[in-house]
Amino acid sequence: MDTVAAHARDLASGRVTSVALTQHYLNVIARANPACNAFISVTADLALTEAAAADARRARGDASTLLGVPIAHKDLFCTAGVRSSCGSRMLDNFIAPYDATVVARLRASGAVMLGKTNMDEFAMGSSNEHSYYGPARNPWDLTRVPGGSSGGSAAAVAGGLIPAATATDTGGSIRQPAAFCGITGLKPTYGRISRYGMVAFASSLDQAGPMAHSAEDCALLLQALAGVDPRDATSSPVPVDDYVGRLSQPLSGLRVGIAREYQEQLSPASAIALADTKRVLEAAGAVFSDVSLPNTKLAIPAYYIIAGAECSANLSRYDGVRFGHRCENPKDIFDLYSRSRAEGFGDEVKLRILTGAYVLSVGYHDAYYVQAQRVRRLIRDDFLSAFRDVDVLLSATTPGSAFTLGAIADPVAMYQQDIYTTTANLAGLPAISFPAGMADGLPLGAQLIGEHFGEARLLNAVHQYQQATDWHTRRPTGATWL
Amino acid sequence: MTLDDEQLDKLAFLAQIAIAPSQHAALRQQLASIISMVDAITAADTSNVEPLSHPLDATLRLRADAVTEGDERALLQRNAPLAEAGFYLVPRVVD
Repeated sequence: MDTVAAHARDLASGRVTSVALTQHYLNVIARANPACNAFISVTADLALTEAAAADARRARGDASTLLGVPIAHKDLFCTAGVRSSCGSRMLDNFIAPYDATVVARLRASGAVMLGKTNMDEFAMGSSNEHSYYGPARNPWDLTRVPGGSSGGSAAAVAGGLIPAATATDTGGSIRQPAAFCGITGLKPTYGRISRYGMVAFASSLDQAGPMAHSAEDCALLLQALAGVDPRDATSSPVPVDDYVGRLSQPLSGLRVGIAREYQEQLSPASAIALADTKRVLEAAGAVFSDVSLPNTKLAIPAYYIIAGAECSANLSRYDGVRFGHRCENPKDIFDLYSRSRAEGFGDEVKLRILTGAYVLSVGYHDAYYVQAQRVRRLIRDDFLSAFRDVDVLLSATTPGSAFTLGAIADPVAMYQQDIYTTTANLAGLPAISFPAGMADGLPLGAQLIGEHFGEARLLNAVHQYQQATDWHTRRPTGATWL
Repeated sequence: MTLDDEQLDKLAFLAQIAIAPSQHAALRQQLASIISMVDAITAADTSNVEPLSHPLDATLRLRADAVTEGDERALLQRNAPLAEAGFYLVPRVVD
């Protein structure tokens, strides 16, 4: 078994050492990465050193759950001494001087980092095609995208290159690639995990989370990651739940809503998978009802205004002066700024920054940016109202399965990929994507959205679903490196 | 929705991103299509709705006004493209 839970048991029982397990995954990465391009950096020597240290800790009696388990980080988490590129030429030469809290917490728990995973540049994209290091590819079909922006983390887990990886989700960047690659990915409540050392894209939407095969694995990682951080003033002081302990609770009486607005644009195969998922949850005791989230159609416009505005502000720090790419022979300070940024950023990032500059500029600020914030409240209030009648909401994660590389060239068409996922970010709600079917050899994902800080209930529901189904145990048949 | 070259130049200046003339047409078209898409929001009735800037309506916490990190200038400047004697070097701004 290639799950975090199974590896943790084997490490605890002494059946395997962390060094041996780490070496196994390094071997798979060496065979597989040329094909799926899931990793930007592989830190083999560092990993083997950390693994040996984990084995030594265990020999001294340390029984931490994640001790010695190999993991990878999305390449936008700062890792001291290791390049943190964000998938961008801008940060191709950037060696972070400190660890992100996500990295520090997993290191303290004894998890072993094997490298940094591929991503859409600055987490802007839904296909991983916007990476300076080339696209990651979907292990189920190498001609297809793994989704984005956390496409490298998703492809690495799905392809057996790593049992679990960290990722971030600003508008669906954990859940959409999880769905496309047939794995489980959790976007926690805004503020549940510290954003310290996580390169900012849209600060009011960004949230880190785990990607792994199962809800149980996601619970194990979230347990280590969640909690308030004095270094992130937006991290939440709400007490951390017992995610692992609550996995086994029965689902009898769980009230699940299905929003009619989330049925639109659904592919026939995804509709069937959703109906099947409903039946499985009903058999486990869940009670279904229809709900309405009437402002859903405004989510994509609101999201692309707010994310654009916040990204144009956040990315103003890349000026060629203090770190990152700097152009050759600048003739004056403005030439330095504008040419360093023109050379350092890719096309999609430039488009988003320019969109942000537009919606924030004089004459448009109130009509677009402030209006989007008002709509954001309407969207959040839709959810709060729905949660008076139901505990969680079920939908498909995406309208369909993974598309082929290059199939969606128009940015606006690509943005529609996020139709079922951006709402949870706008409302700050936790949401989880899990494997819920297959169509034409490709995975389909279902999504559960929960109340603020309701991660335990989401993980519990998906864990119970995964006790009754085997979609999360399927592995890509064409992955010859396994 | 259309965008002319003058508008694009203004945005490029605000964003401090140099745009080559050969990219103008494509960028104008893409930006115009994004702006048309997000324009749907202007029709929404939001009278009496307050803007939401933080999804949980949280406000920033205060902390003690105490130094928590020491002098890390040398460490941080290792990533600087051009630094000397503790300063970041840029083209001359004031003559």
